[in-house]
Amino acid sequence: MVPATSTRTEAAREPVREEATDVVGLGRRRAAAFVAPALVLIVVFLVFPALWTLYLGVTDYRLTGLAATHPHFTGVRNYTDVLADGRFHNSLWLTLEFVGGSAVLGQTVLGFSVAWVMRERPAAVRRTVEALVLLAWILPGSVVAFLWLALLDRDGGTLNAMLGTPGTAWLLDHPMACIVVFNVWRGTAFSMMLYTAALGNVPPSHLETAKLAGASTWQTLRDAVLPKIRGHALTSLLLVSLWTFNDFTPFLITAGGPENRSEVMSAYVYRTALGEGRLGFGAAISLVMLLVNLLIAFAYLRALRRRRA
Amino acid sequence: MRTALRRIAATTFVSLVLAFFALPMLWLASAPFDANPKIQVSLPGFTLDNFRVLLDDPYALRSLENSVILAAGTAAIVVVFAALAAYALSRVRLPGRDVLLYLLLLLSSIITGTAAMVPIFLLATQLHLVDSHLGVVLVLSGGLLPTAIFLLKDFTDATPASYEEAARVFGASPLQTLRHVVVPVIRPGLAMVGIWTVAQVWGDFLMPFLLLRDPDKAPASVIMYTFYTEGGQPDLALISTFSLLYSVPVVLMYLLVSRRYGFRFHGGIKR
Amino acid sequence: MDISGRLERSRPHPHLDSRFHSRLTAALAFLLVGAAVSSCGGGSSSTDPQRNAKARSVTLTIARNAIVGGKNDAEASWITKTVIPGFVAAEKAQGLRVKVVYHGYGVDDEAYKTKTALDLKSKAGADIVSLDGIWVGEFAQAGYIKPLTDVVGARADSWDGWGQISSSVQQLGSFQGKRYGIPPSTDGRVLFYNKKLFAQAGLPTNWQPKSWDEILAAGRALKRLPGVTPLQFNAGTAMGEATTTQGVLPLLAGAGAEIYANGKWAGGGAAMKQVLGFYQQLYGPNGLGDKKLQEEAKGRDKSFEEFANNKIGVLLEGVYLWRAVLNPKDGIAKMADRDQSVGYALIPAVAPGKGVKGQSFVSVSGGAIATINPHTKYPQQAFDLLAYLNRPDVVKARIAGNPEVTSRNDVNADALKDDPFLTYVAQKVLPITLFRPGLAAYTQVSTALQEATAGIVAGHGPDDAAGRYTKALEGIVGGSGNVDAH
Repeated sequence: MVPATSTRTEAAREPVREEATDVVGLGRRRAAAFVAPALVLIVVFLVFPALWTLYLGVTDYRLTGLAATHPHFTGVRNYTDVLADGRFHNSLWLTLEFVGGSAVLGQTVLGFSVAWVMRERPAAVRRTVEALVLLAWILPGSVVAFLWLALLDRDGGTLNAMLGTPGTAWLLDHPMACIVVFNVWRGTAFSMMLYTAALGNVPPSHLETAKLAGASTWQTLRDAVLPKIRGHALTSLLLVSLWTFNDFTPFLITAGGPENRSEVMSAYVYRTALGEGRLGFGAAISLVMLLVNLLIAFAYLRALRRRRA
Repeated sequence: MRTALRRIAATTFVSLVLAFFALPMLWLASAPFDANPKIQVSLPGFTLDNFRVLLDDPYALRSLENSVILAAGTAAIVVVFAALAAYALSRVRLPGRDVLLYLLLLLSSIITGTAAMVPIFLLATQLHLVDSHLGVVLVLSGGLLPTAIFLLKDFTDATPASYEEAARVFGASPLQTLRHVVVPVIRPGLAMVGIWTVAQVWGDFLMPFLLLRDPDKAPASVIMYTFYTEGGQPDLALISTFSLLYSVPVVLMYLLVSRRYGFRFHGGIKR
Repeated sequence: MDISGRLERSRPHPHLDSRFHSRLTAALAFLLVGAAVSSCGGGSSSTDPQRNAKARSVTLTIARNAIVGGKNDAEASWITKTVIPGFVAAEKAQGLRVKVVYHGYGVDDEAYKTKTALDLKSKAGADIVSLDGIWVGEFAQAGYIKPLTDVVGARADSWDGWGQISSSVQQLGSFQGKRYGIPPSTDGRVLFYNKKLFAQAGLPTNWQPKSWDEILAAGRALKRLPGVTPLQFNAGTAMGEATTTQGVLPLLAGAGAEIYANGKWAGGGAAMKQVLGFYQQLYGPNGLGDKKLQEEAKGRDKSFEEFANNKIGVLLEGVYLWRAVLNPKDGIAKMADRDQSVGYALIPAVAPGKGVKGQSFVSVSGGAIATINPHTKYPQQAFDLLAYLNRPDVVKARIAGNPEVTSRNDVNADALKDDPFLTYVAQKVLPITLFRPGLAAYTQVSTALQEATAGIVAGHGPDDAAGRYTKALEGIVGGSGNVDAH
């Protein structure tokens, strides 16, 4: 996207977007100094407690009771328990549905579509739409939960009133569909912003050329737009997947129910760690979640490398 | 013909999007003004009483101030530190930076989860950070920084270094270059990371709740949960009203930032 | 964006690299070790009950899950407006300068419990801490709280208030025979019924069922009324602890079993199957209850609303329903004609004499306790404040305008005499009530009980659900040796 500006012949062969060498004369020492403040905070308040948490994962540590003062080292016991727990399988599967449906498909498609359509709308329309979409993103989770309960309520819900389906218990009959749609509503803003920016970076001349050549919208997207925004798309996918995977807000709407039918991973951890005080077990689940996240990240990175090839 | 169809399709799409995003917010527009609200949207028996009750509440307004302190503090640290780090990481290849960045990104999901609360709490106790706003700010910053760096590095990677080279030729120091050349270019990115940070802090309940003892220091996310009865039933009149008050500052911030900094990802430089 | 990070490329300054690396590693190791070491020691924990007993200037902090303007507002206001000024003045009269700080919270029980546990674990937090009675055992086992005599000495046992608190209520704040704190109040569970609906269905408005069959018979009569849910007993996981306390445990007691007795937990034996069988009558095919209400995240709130709107015939609930939900003055689901239209009855055993300890009627109670932080700087002064909180006149001030069943018999006899319902609870319910076991495993057992009832709501049979429950229970409490499966 950016022409390689380095004079080094070695760097010239590098793919674009990789300012590999130090053209601005920062120097490693100064670069380290630039990174240091963030790194210190991250090491102290993130890496350290995270490693500690991972250590708790091999103990039977609890918040209260005998195991709170004298936790025992239990090796991989928590992990074998997690992997054997039917609730974990259920929850992992639901989470993958949740991520796939709401983040990968929903937010990405809707976010891109809004960004694409808004390019040619009048400023007033564009601003209104963007403001509303962003509002859904920045409102606090606890507020948002009430909004959706009021929308989907069995008796007086706005949705039932509009569809003329009084008494339909959406949250009980279709809990997963509800939280998927909810999360599309909640998180589309990020994808929308990212794609708006990415589309702004597509040279207008490319679109002009496509138009002159009589290409359909679909062809334009595929041939002129997609190659240009692929890097952005992967960033967006990676982040929204991670966020959605760890998102706790669905719990505020369905409480994981009915019958654990919407108990995504974050709700599962919450119940074991905070509800039952089983911190060792909860820590083990966290690591398993991290590994699943890692797999997702790897999948995206492979896709990214294929783009480079 | 084709353009007409296209326009109709686009208008329909825009209306649907508007409806989809606006519909759930109706409750926030109606319930606070209702004397006896339910979990449903209804035309309110108009009253401002709910607001009056909250104005008299000893914690409600102060909690909004506290939220502003926490959010602004965290956003300042996150934006500045992340910008510095992202810039350096983008322009100089430190060993293993990409692997490290990914690992940190993944680890941050552990920290934001509930399982890490004991380590974080005991750490804060040792550092004498319990019951202080600074403690909450630092803990939250640590968790948010990797994502912020990741986002901003993506931005800086996407901007050409040629201007910085030019600045260097004219003898600007790296900090000057960052301040006067890079920051203006990635400003939309900084604005976006800032807003993201504020939204995260604004909604976070668990950390401020655990780390702060004095209710006078509690942010709005914590006070929001006080409007329940002893049995856990919500006082909908106060909750809806407080929700509205609680939401207004972030909306104002968004409007302000988007007006001043053009809250977008635009690369900024025409090429 | 490149995790593979082409590391094989030649580096301009290899020596700087490795130095940076090793420095980073060293710093990290230092931090880890440092924090790990310091987290082991820490806290100057004097255990002398007489420490600082002669201090002339003292600051004490009270913490509980009650906040002015929010959750439990009345209690928080009582502390800030009555207790603190009163106590400070009383101490001043004795030449002591005391400052009392109140830390009020307003959150879910789980969140409050977590926060309190963390505070106590770090040997910090308020001097007087309020806990739910069912947490006493697990907090004691974790060493977060200590018996009152260990913290303040012998005067804890000679406190004159104990004589006014019946021994069953004292259980709330006790663990393994030792007193850990003072319970300020308690409650009980009864069957609430709607007299208007009973009249329409041709049932007596002065109702007291003597067996489960009589409850079901009333339910069948109520079912003929359109739009009415005849019987609603909490079930399922969405209601959380309400399902256990307001559903399973009273029924289990009625079937003759206690959830924890003689060192064993009650498994899916005959009594549990009876309980689940009763649930099947409510939430099975053609049941007498509304099963969707048991699945919804806000189901309990809705059950309150529906009861207040004359849509539920019989609801098993705590005193709380009467006092804070239906209260025509400031309830959350006000019922203007509560005193005329709402009846209450004891929960019968499955059949007369078949309940726990041969009882014909049963109930389950709970409540909070106030205890002293073992790491308080001023144990003696903290106990003075704790005793002040439970002085008869101060307790009366607490329940003025917000009557509830206190732990003190003298206060109840005097202050509740104009309140027929609370007098009924104090006199008829408390003598037959049970308390939940305050052991760490209880919360998980409670979840397993909720899941068993959720299984019935989802259409499983009682035998099936009981079998699953036994299996889950054995996993929780460490094997079948700790389970009584009969």
